[in-house]
Amino acid sequence: MATEAHGAEEGSSLVFHPMDQFIVKPLFGGTEVHWYTITNVTLWMALTIVAVLALMVLGTSGKKQVPSRGQSMAEMAYGFVYKMVEDVSGKDGLRYFPYIFTLFMFIVFANVLGLLPMSFTTTSHFAVTVVLALAVFLGVTILGFVLHGTHFLGLFWVSSAPGPLRPVLAVIEIISYFVRPVSHSIRLAGNVMAGHAVIKVFAGFAAIAAVSPVSILAIVGMYGLEVLVAFIQAYVFTILTCVYLKDALHPAH
Amino acid sequence: MATETHDAVEGAAHAAESAGMPQLDFSTWGNQIFWLIVTLVVIYLILSKIALPRVGAVLADRAGTIANNIAAADELKQKAKDAEAAYDKALADARAEASSIVEATRAENAEKLKAATAEADAKIAAKTAEGEAAIAEIRAGAAVAAETVAREAAAEIVSAMGFKASDEEIAAGVSSRLKG
Repeated sequence: MATEAHGAEEGSSLVFHPMDQFIVKPLFGGTEVHWYTITNVTLWMALTIVAVLALMVLGTSGKKQVPSRGQSMAEMAYGFVYKMVEDVSGKDGLRYFPYIFTLFMFIVFANVLGLLPMSFTTTSHFAVTVVLALAVFLGVTILGFVLHGTHFLGLFWVSSAPGPLRPVLAVIEIISYFVRPVSHSIRLAGNVMAGHAVIKVFAGFAAIAAVSPVSILAIVGMYGLEVLVAFIQAYVFTILTCVYLKDALHPAH
Repeated sequence: MATETHDAVEGAAHAAESAGMPQLDFSTWGNQIFWLIVTLVVIYLILSKIALPRVGAVLADRAGTIANNIAAADELKQKAKDAEAAYDKALADARAEASSIVEATRAENAEKLKAATAEADAKIAAKTAEGEAAIAEIRAGAAVAAETVAREAAAEIVSAMGFKASDEEIAAGVSSRLKG
């Protein structure tokens, strides 16, 4: 890092600041970031709300029997998540469909908006994904205990395994259960952050005339991949939420 | 770090230099978490109050319409089948009626023909009898006339030859000759 800074100082064209795009800064001057400060996070989360509003409310305002393009996309998103919840969590999981759909819409729009040049990607921050994952983890765990009481602990007791193995498996199950929110959150932020940083690194190489064509091609390729990742990570986060919800609804092995 | 001085100059590099990853700069977490919760609540309210009931209603409505249309189509199909059966039945009935009419007409005509033939036969027989009678009469008439002529001629011849003969003798002679 020190060498990079020195390189910049010496006027070299190779300046890498791949992580600068993730800096949280106040929108209206100042350097202090309080909890209430309006920052670029606020802006891009507000745009996420606008996008959800545009698709799910304005897009469906016609309520047509034969849908318009916007309504058809809204219905597709609805049907996609609805079927996912139904297939993975079961019929009784559909009660929690609005929460899961909220998660999906937020993540998918935050990811896609983050792909706009010069934008800020809210889902690239662990602060965001950890809160999302913890909300799922705590919600599902509390729901499990509320619905099944201590029977929920049966989730950790593999009754189909041979007797002596069960305590060992229980330890493993408990560890894996508590690792869930960690992997759940790091998977999303890590994927989004890594892709954006790699694009930025390629962009830094574009300053050298000799490699700039290669670098631009690489950016195009990475961008395509990132579009895919934006959707896949939203899908993965949502389907894992459904799986965890299924465990809470039907804890028996 | 040796870069403390550069930070003052290069403001942009500040966060990258000081924290490495802005994601691990915990001073911004409160801000992000606060705005995230606001955002999630707003999106949840928008979706659960407006969007999801609306889309759900549209989808249910559409499923209902499709089911109704399929039922209506099935009904129409059944109706078409019934109509076809009725048509086929009417056609068969008409064919049967036509053939029975043809049969009846043919029998009637044969009857009429027979009657007409019999009548004609009778007429022909009558005419024939009439003709035969006329011929017989003519033939009889001719025989009488021939005898008269022969008698007169015989009487003339007898008188011309200077003989005398009674009418009875001449008549007897003529008739015996005519018979011979």
